[in-house]
Amino acid sequence: MNTVNATIASEVSQPDEVAVPVQESKPAETIIEEGKTVGKPFSDDPKFKLRDVEVFYGDAPAIKKISLDIGRNEVIAFIGPSGCGKSTFLRCLNRMNDSIDICRVRGSLKLDDHDIYDPKRDVVELRARVGMVFQKPNPFPKSIYDNVAYGPRIHGLANRKSDLDEIVENSLRKAGLWDEVKDRLDANATGMSGGQQQRLCIARAIAVSPEVVLMDEPCSALDPIATAKVEELIAELSESYTIVIVTHSMQQAARVSHRTAYFHLGHLVEVNETNKVFTSPEHELTESYITGRFG
Amino acid sequence: MNNQRSQAEIVRQSLKSRYRKERRFRAYGVLAIAIALGALLTLFTDIIGKGYTGFLKTTITMEVQLDGEMMYLDDPTDERQIKMADFVEPLVQALIKEIPGATEDDRDQVRGLINPYASVTLRDALTANPDWLGTSRTMTFLSHTNVDVYVKHAGDDAYSIKLNDQQKAWVDELQERGVIETSFNDVFFSGGDSRDPSRAGILGAIVGSLLTMFVTLILSFPIGVAAAIYLEEFAPQNKFTDFIEVNINNLAAVPSIIFGLLGLAVFINLFGMPRSVPVVGGLVLTLMTLPTIIISSRAAIKSVPPSIREAAEGIGASKMQVVLHHVLPLAMPGMLTGSIIGMAQALGETAPLLLIGMVAFIVDVPDGFLDSATVLPVQVFLWAGSPELAFIERASAAIMVLLTFLISMNALAIWMRKRLERRW
Repeated sequence: MNTVNATIASEVSQPDEVAVPVQESKPAETIIEEGKTVGKPFSDDPKFKLRDVEVFYGDAPAIKKISLDIGRNEVIAFIGPSGCGKSTFLRCLNRMNDSIDICRVRGSLKLDDHDIYDPKRDVVELRARVGMVFQKPNPFPKSIYDNVAYGPRIHGLANRKSDLDEIVENSLRKAGLWDEVKDRLDANATGMSGGQQQRLCIARAIAVSPEVVLMDEPCSALDPIATAKVEELIAELSESYTIVIVTHSMQQAARVSHRTAYFHLGHLVEVNETNKVFTSPEHELTESYITGRFG
Repeated sequence: MNNQRSQAEIVRQSLKSRYRKERRFRAYGVLAIAIALGALLTLFTDIIGKGYTGFLKTTITMEVQLDGEMMYLDDPTDERQIKMADFVEPLVQALIKEIPGATEDDRDQVRGLINPYASVTLRDALTANPDWLGTSRTMTFLSHTNVDVYVKHAGDDAYSIKLNDQQKAWVDELQERGVIETSFNDVFFSGGDSRDPSRAGILGAIVGSLLTMFVTLILSFPIGVAAAIYLEEFAPQNKFTDFIEVNINNLAAVPSIIFGLLGLAVFINLFGMPRSVPVVGGLVLTLMTLPTIIISSRAAIKSVPPSIREAAEGIGASKMQVVLHHVLPLAMPGMLTGSIIGMAQALGETAPLLLIGMVAFIVDVPDGFLDSATVLPVQVFLWAGSPELAFIERASAAIMVLLTFLISMNALAIWMRKRLERRW
């Protein structure tokens, strides 16, 4: 199957591409070695230290022995074909998989040298430090102000109304939304445009001053202009936050991230500096993916 | 080319049969709705046609001489004298005076036109105003039920008129002169049940229903919502929760009379609670309504989009905060709608209440949760089973009152759903 597909794909794309030789592709399973990742999966100053991470849905493995470091104030992009486990892996980082009963996580996952999956660890505290932005903009059906203020309120970050106002304004400013909404903070957030809603969700996530922001395909529901704004925002946020972004758009990964990790069928195949991944990938699967032979 | 045309031809032909099918399907739908509307219309015309007379009362207005000698009464403040006094005589004399040609010999026939309880009305009026003694007053009394039936249904064969020809002639004449009149039946809304149809009212049943519903609401809503939240949000997914779920669904299908038997066995026989009281009725109806509320509340919770839950969890809200701040407010309209519909069901429920004794003949309007009471549908049941047709029209009137309550509750449910619904 794979061989046939690859052949057809290369034939079609041959006129444009110059130096891609028609490879004898072997089935992907045979060329991935479990637990082995090419490139630079480790970092000198890791925020997350993830070793031999395995995730199972029931008995079916979704993530197979992945080891990876995520550096401090780094933007790392997870790419890969659908169903490769990149979102599952991302959701392990703030234990969002907890709510799925059949999901089990094994291996060592450490945030600043503290185990994320320690049974004694309070998941609320973890999520306050590791915020998340989802694929579909999901503002609460409340006012814009209440959306941003919700996190600080439940964590008791502001004792006075003026403090809360300040947090809300700062978060909205950082999300580049303040000028658009400052006159209608009491308006319902569901009445905003998709792009504004997503930036509101980002503002909501950073309102609790997390150290890490996880983004699960944050732009897949947005138009190109809104996407550009969110990407700009990611670049600004990277100065003060560690950002992990899952994306289906390789251009987006190339534009916003410092490092890129390529996932395939639950394996972490390659991690490297972004420009390296896109210009001279080391692994043949990475190369096939970024040249559009599958995905 | 040829080939293509024939293909278009085939499509056109298949289109025809497709449209035919669509039209046929539409026709079935319209027919079904027409049948439903027809049934509803028949029901309403029948009930309203038979029952509107239940909202009318027949009265006699006449000048009553409150003559102390005639009544054997010289001090209306003396309770013993009041007990012994004759309050019928002044009424009979007053009416004889109103009927030209009637004499002292006709007194029994004349008396048959006045409601047996009219003397009680006169006594109460005089006790309240002792200075009326010795004067003459124009007062209005209920007519006898026989007169009431004759006035309302003179030409109707279904009703047997129990007046003789002499009395009929008198009533006709008195009606012409405006002595006998029909007016809005306030007695129906201000009293409890009675052996005399003219005096029978539904206030007792309405108050009984309200008390019972109150008990049902304050028990079943919190318990139902709490159960739904636990099952949806906190309960682990295992065999035991599956078992509970199946049994809740089973309970929703259990015939209501079984709940009545349960109430009789447990609340009355085991716990020794009194019979025919709103508390027990409310408890039984709570058991009956709970499954409905739990099922609709669970559906409402399920319909809250998971993205909202994820959003709150992603910020670090605890399970409790996710439920209280986000899931509950969004699920509330659905929960309320389900509860109101469950309450409407309970309001119309008769069978279980028969078994716990709320079918007793109760004249007084209940004034507490532990006072004997009956409820609207049971009152309808009691009156509808009466051989006297004068009670049947009151049963129809009571049905209209009950339907008014039910329709307004359902309207409230729809209004609340529209009002509280939020978009996301």
